Amino acid sequence: MSREWKIKSVLLVIVIVVMVVAGFQLYAHRHYMVPIVAGPGVTKVVKLSKYCDGLKGTAADTNVFFLEGKEEGGKMLVIANTHSNEPAAGLSAFVFVENAIVDKGTLIVIPQFNNSGGRNTRAGDGYPLYFEIPTDWGNKKFRMGNRDASPLDQWPDPDAYIHYPDKQLLSYLDIRNTNRTWPGRPDGSLMEKVTYAAMQILREEKVDMALDMHGAETMFPVTNCIVAPDKSMKIAVLTSLTVKAKEKFANHVEPSPLGFRGLSHREIGDYSDTLPFLVEAPMPFLDQPTGPKTTKLLLDGKDPFLLSLSQKGRLFVPYDEEGWPMDKRVGQHCSVALELINQFSKRNPDRAMEIHNIPKYAEVVENGIGHYYHDPGKADKAAMYYE
Amino acid sequence: MPLIMSIYYVISIFLIGMLIWNFLIEKKSVNDMLLYLIVAAPLVLRVLRIK
Repeated sequence: MSREWKIKSVLLVIVIVVMVVAGFQLYAHRHYMVPIVAGPGVTKVVKLSKYCDGLKGTAADTNVFFLEGKEEGGKMLVIANTHSNEPAAGLSAFVFVENAIVDKGTLIVIPQFNNSGGRNTRAGDGYPLYFEIPTDWGNKKFRMGNRDASPLDQWPDPDAYIHYPDKQLLSYLDIRNTNRTWPGRPDGSLMEKVTYAAMQILREEKVDMALDMHGAETMFPVTNCIVAPDKSMKIAVLTSLTVKAKEKFANHVEPSPLGFRGLSHREIGDYSDTLPFLVEAPMPFLDQPTGPKTTKLLLDGKDPFLLSLSQKGRLFVPYDEEGWPMDKRVGQHCSVALELINQFSKRNPDRAMEIHNIPKYAEVVENGIGHYYHDPGKADKAAMYYE
Repeated sequence: MPLIMSIYYVISIFLIGMLIWNFLIEKKSVNDMLLYLIVAAPLVLRVLRIK
C-alpha cells in the first residue's frame, strides 16, 4: 500500500470512529425520555396530534396535560419549551403538572411544546446534552434541547422563510422555530402543524389565556418581562406591578410588536379570542460573551464576564456575584402564572380560575425546584408519562 | 416525500460523490483529504436517514 493510501485509510478510520461515537451520544440524547409524574390535579392526558392529524407518528407529537377543576371556570393554556434551550420553562411546567390542584376552571399544560427541538442540540455552541436537578430523592436528569426543531424531523430549510399567512420574510432558520410559525396551518411544515394544533386547542377548548414561557439573554432588552399585545396589556401590567410589590421581583411589560409576525403573543391574539402572554426569565447561559457553556452556568447563571459587563451597566437586568440561578427563574414563572390567573379572575368573575399547590417565587427560591418533583420510582405507574 | 425534499436528497448524493471523488484524487494535502471527509459526514448521515 502506498504512503498516500495509508494516510487516506487512517483518516477514513478516524472520521468513521468520531462519527460513530458522536452518533451514539446524539442518538441516546434524542431518545432519552424524561419521566413526569402526573399529580393528583391531572384529569386527562392527550396527544397534541388529537388537534392536528398531521402530527400523528411524528417526532413533533407531544403530551398535553389537562387539570380540570370540579367547578366550571376559565381556562389557561401553559406552553413550555417552545425553545428547549430555555429550560426554566419546562422545569416550571413539570412543577405545574406534578403539583397543581385546580379547584375552579381548567389548566392545560404542554411541557415539551417543540418536542423535536427538545431532542436536538446546538453542536457549534458546545451545549451540554443533559443537566440534573437535585431533588429530595436524588438527581432528576433532563435533556438540554435547542431553540429549533431538529433538521432530522423537518428538512430542508428554505432560503427564506415566508410566514403564513402574513407572507413576511423571516430567517430561513425560523421555519423550525415554534415561536415564529404561529398561527400555523394543518398542511404546512411540521412546526406549522405544531402551532396550528395549539391554536385548535385554544379555539376548541375556548381557552381564555395562553402563557408561553421562555428565557432570554441578560444583554437583550426583552428579558425579565411579560410580553403582551394590547388586548392582554391591562392584565400584564397589573401582574407586573403586583409581583413587584408583593413578591419583590421585577418583571416589566413589553408590548407585542405589530409588525413582527409568527410570535405566539402576536398571532394568538390576532387569530383567536384568547389573551396571550409570553414571559421571559433572564438566562445568562444564552448570552454570547460568557465562559464555557457548562451545566453549572446553566443552573447558577454565574459568569465573570457578565459580572464585569454588569458593572459597566451593559446588562438589562440587575446582576451580581449571585448570578441568576434556575430556582429564581422558575420561581418567577410560577408566580407570574399565578398572578395572571388572579388578575384575570378578578376582572372576569364568570370565568374565574382557582388553583392551589403551585409554589410561589419565595418558596421555590427557598426550597429549590427539585423539592417539587416526585420520585418516579415510587409513583403509581398509571401516573407516569414521559417527555 | 415532497418533491423539494427528494431533490435535496439527490443534491446530497451528488455532493457526496464529488467529495469522495476529490478525496480519491487528492495526492498530497492531508489537510484537504480530512476536510473532504468531514464535509461529507453530515451528508452521508442525511442520506442514510439516521435519526
